[in-house]
Amino acid sequence: MTTLDTHVHDLGMPGNPISAAVADSVALAGEKKTDLKAKDLKTDQEVRWCPGCGDYVILNAVQSFLPSLGIAREDMVIISGIGCSSRFPYYMNTYGMHSIHGRAPAIATGLAASRPDLSVWVVTGDGDSLSIGGNHLIHALRRNVNMTILLFNNRIYGLTKGQYSPTSEVGKVTKSTPMGSIDAPFNPISLALGADATFVGRAMDSDRKGLTDVLRQAAEHQGTSLVEIYQNCNIFNDGAFELLKDPNTGTQWSIPLEQGKPLVFGPEGAACVVKDDFGGLRIAETNQVDADDIVVHDATRENPAYAFALSRLSSQDLRYTPMGVFRSVSKPTYDGMMTEQLDTAKVQQTADLDALLGGGETWTVGN
Amino acid sequence: MTASTPPPIGAPHDDVSATAAHAATGGLVKSVVALDRVVIRLAGDSGDGMQLTGNRFTSETASFGNDLSTLPNFPAEIRAPTGTLPGVSSFQLHFADHDIMTPGDAPDVLVAMNPAALKSNLSDLPGGGLLILDSDEFTPRNLAKVGYATNPLEDGSLEAWQTVPVPLTSMTLDALADSGLGKKEAERSKNMFTLGLLSWMYHRPTEGTVRFLERQFRRKPDIAAANIAAFRAGYNYGETTEAFAVSYEIKPAPMEAGLYRNISGNQALSLGIVAAGQRSGLPIFLGAYPITPASDILHELSKHKAFGVRTFQAEDEIAGIGAALGASFGGALGVTTTSGPGVALKAETIGLAVMTELPLLIVDVQRGGPSTGLPTKTEQSDLLQAMFGRNGEAPLPVIAPRSPGDCFDAAIEAVRIALTYRTPVMLLSDGYLANGAEPWAVPEADSLPDLTGTVGFATGPNAAATDGTPEFHPYQRDPETLARAWAVPGTVGLQHRIGGLEKADGNGNISYDPANHDFMVRTRQAKIDGIAASIGPTDVEDPDGDATVAVIGWGSTYGPIGAACRRIRASGRKVAQIHVRHINPFPTDLGEVLARYDRVICPEMNLGQLALLLRAKYLVDVQSHTQVSGMPFRSAELAAVIQDAIDTSSTPAVPAGAAANGATQ
Repeated sequence: MTTLDTHVHDLGMPGNPISAAVADSVALAGEKKTDLKAKDLKTDQEVRWCPGCGDYVILNAVQSFLPSLGIAREDMVIISGIGCSSRFPYYMNTYGMHSIHGRAPAIATGLAASRPDLSVWVVTGDGDSLSIGGNHLIHALRRNVNMTILLFNNRIYGLTKGQYSPTSEVGKVTKSTPMGSIDAPFNPISLALGADATFVGRAMDSDRKGLTDVLRQAAEHQGTSLVEIYQNCNIFNDGAFELLKDPNTGTQWSIPLEQGKPLVFGPEGAACVVKDDFGGLRIAETNQVDADDIVVHDATRENPAYAFALSRLSSQDLRYTPMGVFRSVSKPTYDGMMTEQLDTAKVQQTADLDALLGGGETWTVGN
Repeated sequence: MTASTPPPIGAPHDDVSATAAHAATGGLVKSVVALDRVVIRLAGDSGDGMQLTGNRFTSETASFGNDLSTLPNFPAEIRAPTGTLPGVSSFQLHFADHDIMTPGDAPDVLVAMNPAALKSNLSDLPGGGLLILDSDEFTPRNLAKVGYATNPLEDGSLEAWQTVPVPLTSMTLDALADSGLGKKEAERSKNMFTLGLLSWMYHRPTEGTVRFLERQFRRKPDIAAANIAAFRAGYNYGETTEAFAVSYEIKPAPMEAGLYRNISGNQALSLGIVAAGQRSGLPIFLGAYPITPASDILHELSKHKAFGVRTFQAEDEIAGIGAALGASFGGALGVTTTSGPGVALKAETIGLAVMTELPLLIVDVQRGGPSTGLPTKTEQSDLLQAMFGRNGEAPLPVIAPRSPGDCFDAAIEAVRIALTYRTPVMLLSDGYLANGAEPWAVPEADSLPDLTGTVGFATGPNAAATDGTPEFHPYQRDPETLARAWAVPGTVGLQHRIGGLEKADGNGNISYDPANHDFMVRTRQAKIDGIAASIGPTDVEDPDGDATVAVIGWGSTYGPIGAACRRIRASGRKVAQIHVRHINPFPTDLGEVLARYDRVICPEMNLGQLALLLRAKYLVDVQSHTQVSGMPFRSAELAAVIQDAIDTSSTPAVPAGAAANGATQ
């Protein structure tokens, strides 16, 4: 193992957020390579999800599209919590931490805030991020730390073998709810928008193109991005998203969100989205409304009310589910502002340890 | 109404040396009495500014060159209803012309700003002590609030003390009559009037306080001027009044040459963390959630961004430590600061840090428990939580500072261990150390331990695959320290995954292999046990080397135990003081040291947690002496316990009749 001495008193000059200790050892390790192939991101670990799990599809999609970002794999870090989806880091040849239940956004916040040079990803599930880790999720979103959160939503607890989750529909019969769930579920998109998340999107595990498109925009976004990925658990909640996946019903009940395009959907564009009388949105028949009244999708609206209204079009039974990017707005990032404050402080004050220790009211005792 | 000319005030056993008379302004003849030590307690309403007044008097005393020790004592409520018993806040200061170890068992002087302060503190003032009261506040309404049926100023109930009623409030108002301030605002300066009076009484330098007030209120010059005027008026009142015919002189204590400042435990701990960052070359990342009595560390560290210190006020305790651990993963020095309830919440993440073997500093400023307990009071009851409060076999090093200033060195030592051994380290301070203050010899930065050698990020493969291909194995260990390799994200070719699942030895892949788990559990334990090789022998103070009774302590009881041992020795008896800074692992010779003594007494501010560990580990019949009152031990009480142990032990060698605890204390 090669090691090297680190510099004392040189913890990064203004403009360089990386400590000399890290910068030196990274430099010594060699040249970074950014022209990656999908196989460069695979590890030698056997993937151990159940055969047929939606997680395989997502893993393949992520490994295929990541190289196009032009980021070296050693600069990517994937942090996960606990649950089936949280095994994700083991299968990615990047840096990673499979942490503890619900805490991935908190751990990623510390990493992203102290290492703004890295591409930080959180992989989590509906139980991990919305139940035990709900607090960390909303606070990461409101702070706008530069990280991308992939929320695999299968509407069930898989790893603990089939209890209802915070996104399970009311009435769901599971091992822990033999008479049906009486918990009202979270709508993760609404929740994220309520926390004023700057990037919120939704995609389907099996829709490679749509998933890749949302993931790319999420990755390129500066700040916290939340992508809800509908993911089928074929063991404990098989077919949960069949209404949207089935070619016959999928077009009828999915609303594709395309920037700058009118929200028209369904077979032959028969349905559309218009404003309702109360500042929200509603579904209408396209031939019953004025073309000018059809809402044109704009994810860049500063006020989250529009994106929120979009998120409320769908109900627990998944009819009228918008898919794509709900919101993408630009705001200062937490890590960026933290770095700025450090830079400002370094300009205002010299980092002189002797001066710091001998600060305040002092007195000298003579010999 | 009692004596207007109090006799010399000081500890009765102390020498009271020469008194000198001199003419003060106004022609009054005032005498100066030399004392070797004094304990003053200021008590008032939470809104009266007693902590500020105490801190200012402390600063004056420190810059004068006395040795000192302080004990702030305040309620958890920010402002309980004015004038009530729960709202009383106090500040005790012990200062001397020699080195002292505690804030004093009992005050010699009590300043009570209202009836509530009198009622809740009078029982601590020994008979004959000086009692200064704000007579303006002894109104029927205020007396009724705290259940005084008659006015103690008039009913003779204060005859046992040297009582001096002073109209502090009205004299402050008189002094500020021309200040342009309203009555209410002007009244708030009565603490400065009181400080001025005390400054005269004890010959304190005043320039520091004037400068402090100017700085503190630089945006409100009229308030600054009023406070300074009140401060000077109090001083001048002392000089001219007939109520105080004596002032006291306590000479500076001999101290080693050098630069000094007054420092509290939380301040020292914060500076220690900054210094550890500088001396290791790692940026500090503090993830913390506000909690009494640890919040001041967050406040202090947030001021030192120029040193590359990042502070993150998290959404909760769990996120605080989570973010710190994430930062450590990225090559920073992760730190989290909290108190007992926060440690409980952080337990799972501490376990993750044990499993991922990343450096992390966890500071627990202990307070009274369980649950919310006594947030503003001190206790040592988190030791077993620090040792064992996690699922699974999750050992981590535990170290404890012994005085406010020692918090600085303990922080650096904790970081040394965390970095060298790639482990979370628990640093156990407590409320008494955190808020108490003492003079601190400012060290030179270059004299502090150089921690650069403890970092050593991996920069290349450290192992080979079965086919000979070079590989990076994150759980490859240093053969001497058993520390694992630390590769930071961004380093080409060293991508790896860590986490809470059991790791295969070496390559760090997930492993459910029974033999591997057994090996890894034992290896993690061996790594922590091995830290003992890097710490010195047990700290034993036994001047004659032939004591048969030893007192062992940890953390903030060092001062009271030390003061008690001095009393014991002064009475002609012998006692050894053992103080452990490293509680996990213990110094390698501790068992041997304990075995030397016929009796070992262990005073703790809990129900015997260190004693339990010592008995379990060394099979020594440690005698536990405990107190969980939220207050530090009184040294006289400890001395009595020690004396009893000595006098009833099998080898008595005691001067007949000599009492170590001092009948007068």
